[in-house]
Amino acid sequence: MSRRLPRARGEGPWPWLAAGSVALSLLMLGGLLALLAVRGLGHFWPAAVEQVALADGRLLAGQPVREERRFDGEGRERLYRTDNRDLDGGIWTWVAVEAIERVETPRELLVLERRRWGSFVGWLVAMEGVDGRHAGEAAWPALQARLAEIQALRRERDELRDRVVVPLVRRLEQEAGSRAELAEANARIRALQARMGGDTLVLESVDGRRLEQPLEEVLRAWRPNAMSPLDKLAAWGQGVWRFLAEDPRAANSAGGVWPAIFGTVLMVLLMSVVVTPFGVLAGIYLNEVAHQGPLTRMVRIGVRNLAGVPSIVYGVFGLGVFVYGIGGSLDEWFFAEALPSPTFGTGGLLWASLTLALLTLPVVIVATEEGLARVPDHQREGALALGATRMEMLTRVVLPMTMPAMLTGLILAVARAAGEVAPLMLVGVAKLAPQVPVDGDFPFLHLERKFMHLGYHIYDVAFHGGDVQAALPLVYATALLLVLVILVLNLTAIFLRHHLRARHGALPRH
Amino acid sequence: MFSGAEALMFSGAKAPGRSVTAMSVFSTPHPAPSGPIIDFDREASCLEIEGLTLAYGDKPALRDLTLRIPRHRVTAFIGPSGCGKSTLLRALNRLHDLNEEVRREGRIRLEGEDIHAPEVAVAELRRRVGMVFQAPNPFPMSIYDNVAFGLRLQGGIRKRQMDDIVEWALQSAALWEEVKDRLKSSAWALSGGQQQRLVIARTLAVRPEVLLLDEPASALDPISTLKIEELIRNLKSQLTLVLVTHNMQQAARVSDYTAFLQQGELVEYGSTDTLFTNPRLRRTENYITGRMA
Repeated sequence: MSRRLPRARGEGPWPWLAAGSVALSLLMLGGLLALLAVRGLGHFWPAAVEQVALADGRLLAGQPVREERRFDGEGRERLYRTDNRDLDGGIWTWVAVEAIERVETPRELLVLERRRWGSFVGWLVAMEGVDGRHAGEAAWPALQARLAEIQALRRERDELRDRVVVPLVRRLEQEAGSRAELAEANARIRALQARMGGDTLVLESVDGRRLEQPLEEVLRAWRPNAMSPLDKLAAWGQGVWRFLAEDPRAANSAGGVWPAIFGTVLMVLLMSVVVTPFGVLAGIYLNEVAHQGPLTRMVRIGVRNLAGVPSIVYGVFGLGVFVYGIGGSLDEWFFAEALPSPTFGTGGLLWASLTLALLTLPVVIVATEEGLARVPDHQREGALALGATRMEMLTRVVLPMTMPAMLTGLILAVARAAGEVAPLMLVGVAKLAPQVPVDGDFPFLHLERKFMHLGYHIYDVAFHGGDVQAALPLVYATALLLVLVILVLNLTAIFLRHHLRARHGALPRH
Repeated sequence: MFSGAEALMFSGAKAPGRSVTAMSVFSTPHPAPSGPIIDFDREASCLEIEGLTLAYGDKPALRDLTLRIPRHRVTAFIGPSGCGKSTLLRALNRLHDLNEEVRREGRIRLEGEDIHAPEVAVAELRRRVGMVFQAPNPFPMSIYDNVAFGLRLQGGIRKRQMDDIVEWALQSAALWEEVKDRLKSSAWALSGGQQQRLVIARTLAVRPEVLLLDEPASALDPISTLKIEELIRNLKSQLTLVLVTHNMQQAARVSDYTAFLQQGELVEYGSTDTLFTNPRLRRTENYITGRMA
């Protein structure tokens, strides 16, 4: 009788559980990014504006935001963003869905983005321009033409201010120079300013209230219901671009985040420049030079544990040692004439970068050590057997092979540093610092300046703005941007690592 | 791995030349005569080892070894695993310096100079005493850069001269024909046998006087092994070779002199022919005929 082979026993649920965990993680990650992208980027889409007629005869106009069940359980209600803060005292209106009689999207409905009072939604009645009164349908083309002129003047003025006036003022602060140049520039700015003024828009909200709006306070104007999808796409692109390229306005609740992007990237780069040589040298010492005794082991354990110290602790250290200790001394020695106003004795870019470098040092040391440990001994012996000194062996064989591991350490360090907010609040991040720390003035890189940071910007917009509801889309957009900035920084390092691997060959896996 | 007896039978069946005489050991055992173990006084010595004792911490590895390694000859160290033959080899170019635990007594002289003398630069010593390891260890660079590595460490060599030396080294290692069209490609793309010949070329490029080979063919296939063995035989006109091997037939095929080590002691040392055909000591005979594990 032939014996049958026993049936193979299954592996049980483990592979499924493991695969499920991966799937769940990916799903959550995808969900996170999707949420940020939809909520953040959707903000810049010029959505249709509805004119709503209610059963009691009231009229209102605005963008529908969301719908909820009423808290008392009777029916549903819808939230409209109606803007017109100067007329209504608020920008949100809740409307019971069953009270809505009619919803229209009139093509003429106008949206203005203004310097003060937020946006306006309503009708354009007339424009009283410097060249006469345009009423009715003629007002809209006249408004667009004049607005384009004003925008051009505004750009000219901003450029003049940034390129000429600000450097002049800064020079005057340091040494008594000619004020004539400054006076002349200021006169030109005033002339530009004068050419922007003089126009007034006559506006009317959908419920019939009149408003006179000086045109120079209007930043942009559009009629969303009359825009084709292509127009909207173009407007969306411009909106995203302005978000990336402009300075914040209205206490960070509007405008762009360019200084924050710049500050984040610059700080991370400075941190990398500081942390890489220190971390790599420390890793080399621990793994290659130091006698492998109990003391080295203790140091190694200490370094690994430092990676787990809460970041705010590093912030406190940075404040005490860098800002007050070293910064205060620097001020006394080199900037005594500016005291009591501190130069380096207050939080700034340099101290923030150093604090974060300290925070990420263990990550780089550990990664370097692991990379060095993976270089096989026979490679070292091969180099030595050819007459290399220990230094030559390190620089020509071992370190090139360790480079990918060091870059991995740097990637981890960048990812950690770019996302840290807590220590920065102690050592130099600012709510608003539109002057980026790099400009045309000697020494070009201003390490003592305060800077803006995307992470802190999120915190500030979300918690310190007047209207969280209105700020929320900006919070999402900024969060998405922070993720993208870290992604780009990491991709750069990954690309570099790949390039090095291709040149030096990958280490065999053990 | 073959035991000694299997290896010899295998070699008797297949390998030509010297190993056929080795076969006779198996059939005609000789009684061990007494007398001097070292019997090659005519040869000029390249390396002289005098009373070498070496220990890893408390564990002794070599005990009071004394032997001469003749110039322009192939000398093989054989012996069971852990007998200290690799330790002895690595002592010859001071690779043990890296290990803080190693303690040493005794002297090693290269062409009459004490290699442990304080004025000796260890890097220079290692350039004169090159070494090839068990596993091929080309650096993760191009073939050319691998061969040029040692030369670049010395510096002061012009591109043209470098090209010539690289070509000469690769030709000496019988690799030139296989790689001359892809000198710029990665050394790690070569086969194991080619890698090992590349490592030999890399070592030859710095013109060493002695070449230490630590089981150079044990990780290679039979054809690559034959190529390496042929290379070893050809190279002795240029330099002195010291070979550590587990493979008795290999020792018999390529070496002129063979030293048999056991438990850190030199048991028997003499011309390969004599040692394999007519060993003086029973311990040696037992080992080469495979009666001892």
